[in-house]
Amino acid sequence: MHDPNVMRHSGGAGAPRQAAVGMPIADVPAGTETDLAYEAGVELKARSQWAYVRMRFFRHKPAVVSVVVLLLIALVGLFAPQLAPYGYDEINLNAIAMSPTFQDWHVFGTDQLGRDYLSRVMFGIRTSLWVAVMVAVLATLIGTAIGAIAGYFGGTVDNLLMRFTDLILTLPGLAVLLTASVYFGAGDPLKTGLILAFLLWTAVARIVRGLFLSLREKEFVEAAKASGAGNTRIIMRHILPNCVGPIVVFMTLVVAIAILLEAALSFLGFGIQPPNAALGSLIDDGQEQGLETWWLVTFPGLVIMIIALCINFIGDGLRDALDPTQRRIRA
Amino acid sequence: MPDPILQLKNLTVEFHTEDGVVHAVTDVSWELAPGEILGIVGESGSGKSVSMMSILGLIPRPPGRIASGEALFNGEDLLTLSKRRLREIRGGPMAMIFQDPMTSLNPVLTIGNQIDEAIKVHNAGISDRAAEKRTIELLELVGVPYAERRVKQYPHEFSGGMRQRAMIAMAIANNPSILIADEPTTALDVTIQAQIVEVLKAAQRETHAATILITHDLGLVAELADRVVVMYAGRVVEVSDVFAMFDKPGHPYTVGLMNSLAKLDTDQDRLEPIPGQPPSLVSPPPGCAFHPRCQLSHGRAICRTEVPPLRPFAAGVGGHISACHFAEELTAGRQHAEAARPVS
Repeated sequence: MHDPNVMRHSGGAGAPRQAAVGMPIADVPAGTETDLAYEAGVELKARSQWAYVRMRFFRHKPAVVSVVVLLLIALVGLFAPQLAPYGYDEINLNAIAMSPTFQDWHVFGTDQLGRDYLSRVMFGIRTSLWVAVMVAVLATLIGTAIGAIAGYFGGTVDNLLMRFTDLILTLPGLAVLLTASVYFGAGDPLKTGLILAFLLWTAVARIVRGLFLSLREKEFVEAAKASGAGNTRIIMRHILPNCVGPIVVFMTLVVAIAILLEAALSFLGFGIQPPNAALGSLIDDGQEQGLETWWLVTFPGLVIMIIALCINFIGDGLRDALDPTQRRIRA
Repeated sequence: MPDPILQLKNLTVEFHTEDGVVHAVTDVSWELAPGEILGIVGESGSGKSVSMMSILGLIPRPPGRIASGEALFNGEDLLTLSKRRLREIRGGPMAMIFQDPMTSLNPVLTIGNQIDEAIKVHNAGISDRAAEKRTIELLELVGVPYAERRVKQYPHEFSGGMRQRAMIAMAIANNPSILIADEPTTALDVTIQAQIVEVLKAAQRETHAATILITHDLGLVAELADRVVVMYAGRVVEVSDVFAMFDKPGHPYTVGLMNSLAKLDTDQDRLEPIPGQPPSLVSPPPGCAFHPRCQLSHGRAICRTEVPPLRPFAAGVGGHISACHFAEELTAGRQHAEAARPVS
């Protein structure tokens, strides 16, 4: 790209063509390098879209740190069976309710049954992250589809879909969760995830609908229509990419909400069932056992907090990175 | 005139709003010959854009309603076509250049992608490479330098003039036989306007497309158009060859438009605006819609009671028609005025 000969060649190829259609315009390059540099704009290096996205993302320091931390946490969860010093349901009656200690690697302590809490937290991460990511992806997909259709087509379609959304929104979440858990059977992470997704898509739908309502009136949409694009193409290619920022940010929020809701569900005894461990159910277990065993609540709570924080930072960084009009360079 | 490629017959478009029915376009008829450039002139709200948008099926319905009329394009009535067929025509044989290149390009797609798309929509199965090659060709044609690099850039990396060039490239991507330019230079500054005029000329030469130029800029019309349609309050008030119109305007509104322009050959302290306001399109004045502002009417009753038909008039030549009851007086009066002007 920096080879001046290459540039001169490309400019030279353009010039005769322009002359051929007879445009006495100042833009026709004279062929000197200064002209070329000026004409090519600020960026002389042609970077691909993804190069820009990467560049902008890496400038967002908290997001980069968060990615590293979250990756580590996810790896710990993924390889919990290999990494954990003990099994998640391994009971050791000689080590009941031990406070955190380096002795025998009980760094997060043990619970009333003598199970190693470090190991249980590791397995908990595994369950909780998988549920949360599944919920976020599902809820975002459902919400985006419904919001996009409602916002783009408007009218009756909009009314029907949004009233349905309102209906879901007015359902008392916990009651539905409890009923559903009883009905479908509690304790299965997959089922818990599906139920959570069913309850959490509404907010995405509303946000996406709002974006579509304003974007569909934009002139570039009219221009796309005038060039013969159909509804599907306009929705998928012209409007949706303009919504990516808010959707991504919201998706990250859903991950955090899902982890917390799953914790609430477990707290009521309808989430992940012991001896399986999820971060929420671990807190629940810990809480039942009173304040003296503070570590049982603190460590899973800390992990939830760190995960939620990381995800929010990543969402923030992604939003900035995915917006091609974002020129601000972060310090 | 050879067989027209587009024939508008008695087009009437209304918008049903809470304030009443807006008569945006009333009984508009004109013809477009292959390869010619037709200027449509009028104030804001005179129905220029609405008439074009309704032909392309781009007015929102409701509140818009095409009350009557036909728009014959190669024998097909655009107003009754299926959505699918209309989509094939839009951006294919009939393409549009929009007014504001700042907002008419999608900010999150590269320029290349957007032109690419126009090509792919109408050429199913074209390879990505062929489409990209064509895109670069088009950008070079409209004078975007370093096209092969600039296709990868986003609209915000383009200046206003370059964006309008990209819009023109998009419009001519599929060799349209009709090109509709809706105030293509309004959003640009004056020096860039001149360049865009050149690009439009080049685009027209390249595609041989009949061009409809919607504008309120008489200078642009004089520069580009072969024939002119003057619209006022949703109606056509004058149709003329461009030279004939500037030479012997046949409607007092056209005269008013010309008088409100700055002339370079005379010493002018003030511009002469047309007195009064454009009429409300919900309840247009009875008779000739222009009569409350007309310098020629002198309160004559017929102006208030009868809608003047478009008709040839004494001084008009070669299909020059005007919708003024007293078009003859106008040319006579003007010649008189010119005769009275001292020779400098």
